[in-house]
Amino acid sequence: MHKKTTYKPFGNAAILIEWQAIISKEILNDIILFKEKIKKEKATLITDFIIGYNSLTLKYKNEIGNYCNEVESLKLIYKQDFKLNKVEKILWEIPVCYDLEFGIDLEEISEKSNLSVEEIIKIHSKKTYTVFFIGFLPGFLYLGGLDKQLHFDRKPNPRLKVPKGALAIGGKQTGVYPQESAGGWHIVGKTPIHFFDIKNENLCFAKSGDQIKFKAISLEEFYQTEKEVLKNNYIISKTLLNG
Amino acid sequence: MVSVLKPGFYTSIQDKGRVGFASNGVPVSGVMDSYAADIANSVLNNSLEAALLEITFGGCKLEFLSATAICISGGDFSAKINNQPIALNSRIKIYKNDVLSFGKINFGARCYLAVKGGFLTEKVLGSSSFYQNITNNLTIKKGDILPITTFKNDLETANSAIKIPAIHFNSEELKCYKGPEFELLNHQQQEQLLNNVFTISNDNNRMGYRLNEIIENDFPSILTSAVLVGVVQLTPSGKLIVLMRDCQVTGGYPRILQLTEESINKLAQKTTHQKLKFVLKSI
Repeated sequence: MHKKTTYKPFGNAAILIEWQAIISKEILNDIILFKEKIKKEKATLITDFIIGYNSLTLKYKNEIGNYCNEVESLKLIYKQDFKLNKVEKILWEIPVCYDLEFGIDLEEISEKSNLSVEEIIKIHSKKTYTVFFIGFLPGFLYLGGLDKQLHFDRKPNPRLKVPKGALAIGGKQTGVYPQESAGGWHIVGKTPIHFFDIKNENLCFAKSGDQIKFKAISLEEFYQTEKEVLKNNYIISKTLLNG
Repeated sequence: MVSVLKPGFYTSIQDKGRVGFASNGVPVSGVMDSYAADIANSVLNNSLEAALLEITFGGCKLEFLSATAICISGGDFSAKINNQPIALNSRIKIYKNDVLSFGKINFGARCYLAVKGGFLTEKVLGSSSFYQNITNNLTIKKGDILPITTFKNDLETANSAIKIPAIHFNSEELKCYKGPEFELLNHQQQEQLLNNVFTISNDNNRMGYRLNEIIENDFPSILTSAVLVGVVQLTPSGKLIVLMRDCQVTGGYPRILQLTEESINKLAQKTTHQKLKFVLKSI
């Protein structure tokens, strides 16, 4: 089924394609499929594909000569039904330590929510999250699928320094800070895994459409895993979701 | 080699930036004023991709440890070699131990120092542009030694015919296209946006320029989507932010205008308290 898409010029060297303004896995899958089709046809013309919740932005190498013609050719590509190599979707299991030493806001959100710290951890680590796209910081994954019971407004005063690896909750979202940065989300844990590494061929292991599951580990396991990650010995557990 | 005696207010290595890594959340970065940077490299017959120093408001002091040729373009901060004034946009002969320094700010916010062959600092993801957590450094520091190629200096100092028109620095007009959310503005808001003169706040840097004036709005945020360098966002407080080269790749505020490349370069030469006016251009 084809979905309703709209096209807008974004300056003279980019085109914004938009879907209905809702957060849904179905729309994400359509965006990813369209992206792969365009990539196949126009790889040399486009330098960057930027996915948003309901959008795909194409950044062209050069100024787009005739915007209307370009949109027409994109519309044709969208309708094409050619066989496409399936994009591998992967479920990544990320070890997270929810100990109060790292989960510095767990007690605060426990008070606000009438949930015990143990319940919050259980709810958070039970869910499988969908990677929508990467933005905000290099390697920051926008994850969808946070349980309603864990929706909390951002902190009124953002922290100036959130540590690298902090697992946090903000609004309807959850995510890991890939580097030290300022941030207003509630911190519930920490992972020893690097989410962005310029030394790796894949700068960030995950991509749009992948899934993430957080696995609770003890403090002891955290420090052990951290050592292995530093020695480059740690391999993130992954499951192929489609073949 | 170039030795940093004084780093100045904000001096960094830049080139054309990182292309092709946006899907990993990596900002483009790169020279704020690509027009001036291109002139500096062109005068030396360098590749336009060559890395150069972006010097904000002067203030830095460098010693050349080897002979080369340089060109300074962009803002005028009274550049001197061994305390003798030198011309902008010209090829200047450099001998071993020559010292480059700056003085009074005459116009502009950023100048570019190109050296023959470009600075040979480390490239990360295809670019030498400094950016936090991508490169080791954000700015150059006192005592840094910046690698360059030594050139037997048989090139004569020459005055090039290239000159940047004054309008690049003093015109208030910034040409732009309608942004993706422009049509969400009502008639009055569109009038305000296009007829008012805006003032640059003191919160302006390589990531973006915040403006002082307010356009009242009750817009909801949009679902997080791509932002591009030169996009004008309307924040919930009604203030405008113009994103610049170091901006992140996605954002959630309505994108109401998109500056042309020429206007991004013009804005890069403006600073706190200066005025600007948006002029709409059609695609």
